[in-house]
Amino acid sequence: MAETSFDLIVLGGGPGGYVAAIRAAQLGMKTALVEREHLGGICLNWGCIPTKALLHASEIHHLLHRLDEFGFSAKDIRFDAGKVVARSRAVAKQLSNGVAHLLRKNQVTVFDGHGRLAGKGRLTVEKDREPVAELSAEHIVLATGARARSLPGLEPDGDRVWTYKEAMVPTAIPESLLVVGSGAIGIEFASFYHDMGAEVTVVEVLDRVLPVEDEEISAFARKAFEKQGLRIHTGATVAAIERTDKSVTARIEGGGQGSELEIERVILAVGIVGNFEDIGLENTGVAVEKSHVVVDEWLRTGEPGVYAVGDLVGPPWLAHKASHEGVICVERIAGINDVHPLDIRNIPACTYCRPQVASVGLTEKAARDAGYEVKIGHFPFIGNGKAIALGEPEGMVKTVFDGKTGELLGAHMIGAEVTELIQGYTIAKTLETTETELIRTIFPHPTLSETMHEAVLDAYGRVIHF
Amino acid sequence: MPIEILMPALSPTMTEGNLAKWLKKEGDEVHSGDVLAEIETDKATMEVEAVDEGTIGKILVPEGAQGIKVNAPIALLLGEGEEASALANLAPPPPAMPSRQEQESPPPPDVTSEPASPAASAPSRERGDGRIFASPLARRMAQHAGIDLAAIRGSGPQGRIVKADIDAALSAARGAPAAPATARPAAPAPLVPPAGPVLSKERVAALAGNPPYTERPLNAMRRVIARRLTESKQTVPHFYLTIDCEIDALLKIRAELNSKSEAYRISVNDFVIRAAALALRRVPAANASWSEDAILLWDRVDIAVAVALDDGLITPIVKAADHKGLAAIANETKDLVERARAGKLKLEEFQGGTFSISNLGMYGVRDFAAVINPPHGGILAVGAGEQRPVVNDGALAIATVMSCTLSCDHRAVDGAVGAQFLAAFKRLVEDPLTMLL
Repeated sequence: MAETSFDLIVLGGGPGGYVAAIRAAQLGMKTALVEREHLGGICLNWGCIPTKALLHASEIHHLLHRLDEFGFSAKDIRFDAGKVVARSRAVAKQLSNGVAHLLRKNQVTVFDGHGRLAGKGRLTVEKDREPVAELSAEHIVLATGARARSLPGLEPDGDRVWTYKEAMVPTAIPESLLVVGSGAIGIEFASFYHDMGAEVTVVEVLDRVLPVEDEEISAFARKAFEKQGLRIHTGATVAAIERTDKSVTARIEGGGQGSELEIERVILAVGIVGNFEDIGLENTGVAVEKSHVVVDEWLRTGEPGVYAVGDLVGPPWLAHKASHEGVICVERIAGINDVHPLDIRNIPACTYCRPQVASVGLTEKAARDAGYEVKIGHFPFIGNGKAIALGEPEGMVKTVFDGKTGELLGAHMIGAEVTELIQGYTIAKTLETTETELIRTIFPHPTLSETMHEAVLDAYGRVIHF
Repeated sequence: MPIEILMPALSPTMTEGNLAKWLKKEGDEVHSGDVLAEIETDKATMEVEAVDEGTIGKILVPEGAQGIKVNAPIALLLGEGEEASALANLAPPPPAMPSRQEQESPPPPDVTSEPASPAASAPSRERGDGRIFASPLARRMAQHAGIDLAAIRGSGPQGRIVKADIDAALSAARGAPAAPATARPAAPAPLVPPAGPVLSKERVAALAGNPPYTERPLNAMRRVIARRLTESKQTVPHFYLTIDCEIDALLKIRAELNSKSEAYRISVNDFVIRAAALALRRVPAANASWSEDAILLWDRVDIAVAVALDDGLITPIVKAADHKGLAAIANETKDLVERARAGKLKLEEFQGGTFSISNLGMYGVRDFAAVINPPHGGILAVGAGEQRPVVNDGALAIATVMSCTLSCDHRAVDGAVGAQFLAAFKRLVEDPLTMLL
């Protein structure tokens, strides 16, 4: 008979849940994790990781088509979509197994099944509608994540209209594709399919692509995408679609005009909704607003002993935000005294389109709206030796400082490998450095990271290489 | 690297204390558990025990120093094999607060030491080299605002001062009427904010016409007495009810009980404690405290008993006094009083309580009115038992009479409730067999 009494139970094995479980176990709590499908959650199985494998393939494809720039030539360049997808799946599988190993290593008991709250400190698990276990714990952390939001009339059908899930396992690259939504998920798929040879149209209801990014970054990205050949409609909606066996006809409306577009497939990427249903929240003090569970700064719900983290509690919908919330929640439960609530301004965000986009903190507009007297710095990749050597001169770094205190309020980057660079600014923000320390920091030459230094110098009128 | 011995926090609310006495000197070897020093807090003297082993390398805070912030280093301990030269590179220690009697005038208002702000209640960790761990942003913000980082408690990793701590200090300063945001603080404010207009010794001497005088320094206890009782008289609406109790029966029973055993010696005051506890049980509305949210009716009767000391007074608590018999109360108060006079009470033994009793009968005082010790709702002032003429059934007689005066906090306890309590108390005292039940 398996153990059923724990100090802490986590419901959901994604990056919020499994990290919370491991941290709880590290802190000496007897911990269980309940997962109905895959350890690692969407991120690892159907999100961040498999898409990065796909995007690496499309990057290779893109590079193979510009070999001449570097003095190479190759003929008959082809790919097998099945193999590209198979590699992506293998990567996901490997990592999911890795999570299982980590949980075992930390002595977290994993229950395979669907968990539901069942009264104070109790949680039932069922598999295939059969009860599997009845668990109890003083603390229960909900980390059930989220799923793609649907739009009326555009409901995904798994064939012509895809969500991220189908888009990740295509049997072939469609000739033409409409991506609805230009957030991180939509733009990554647009970028992938475009680089793999599809004709891609993006429709965004707001007035710019990547609408949560700094306005200058959005504008820079749009220009880059359009130069590559993506078609972008902003301030536009898909009013209706007509599905046939072979194609979809979409009516796109915006700015008082309408047009019809015939495409092979549609990818719906218009945000996500929390998985709050059927987990036993009825008759508890857990409040749900707009599909997200309401929590306080310590991730406590309205029900004593019940906590929630990650996508379930709302944006930004990022795996590392979920993990960090899991850690904060558990450390707070354990009574660790220098835990601080999550500071949303210190959460970096990365989008792996081409060119890549990465940012942390306030945009220039948000900083101005908040009343800061800002100092702004820019630096273009064209002024960076390494970027030119790599053949990646398209990019920009922008910094936003509080002119009064020198606090780095935000950093915004677009260009090659910026997703790997943003952590430098994130550390700076977390350690609360001012421009002085950043200016005095020695950045290695020649690297792309020098653009980060220059963008700081520029904010204080001291830029060297531009 | 020598180990720092830090000023300990002996209670959750303690922010500073005085170094009463060093029991070790420089060069002494210490072992874990050795008593290093005695620290004087608000009301008690506590011992500081060694946690680590080694040799006292340097004493940073001299005996008698006052107002030492919690967590400030007070000495350096050299580990095994460490030479005294390891101390050479260390900068001079942070200065202890000037002792109180040297403080000619009150320090300027200090935005960083408003007691309402937990963030500002104690200094951040500081190493022997004087380095304060603070983020660059926190440093710059503190510099702009003129805040002394040494007075800020860091909430970041390892006590590092971060932006949020400066924000908290600034908003605490804004919230404090005494310290406008423009104030440029310099020295830390005193632990006890001056109550009312500041009475410097020069001013007081001048008011008295400058007769010659001897100074007696204020210790922590005296400051607490001054602050709490001033606060009580200024904020608690007192009213007073007096009742006379005939105690001849009580004295007789007391003598009988005391003759039966050597294991206890019951005083009149022990009877008073027991009678008051039982009376509070019978009139629970008198066992109450005022709060802004509600009147709190205490489920326990914890009676604080005022004990005079050479240089002040202290109120050890007989907890759950209604559940204790006379012998138990007698033995407990005897022990508490002895340890109170020796300065060895633990904090929880004199902090709290729901009601107080003050007895000056042994000095021949006939009756008096005592000042309520907040948050208590009342205090019973007990006078001497003395023979007085009384009238019984129209005839003069002689009885031993003890006058007791109840001071009530009118916000929590009304006149009728106080009167009911006194009536219940009198019944018990005058018919002492009922309190043996």
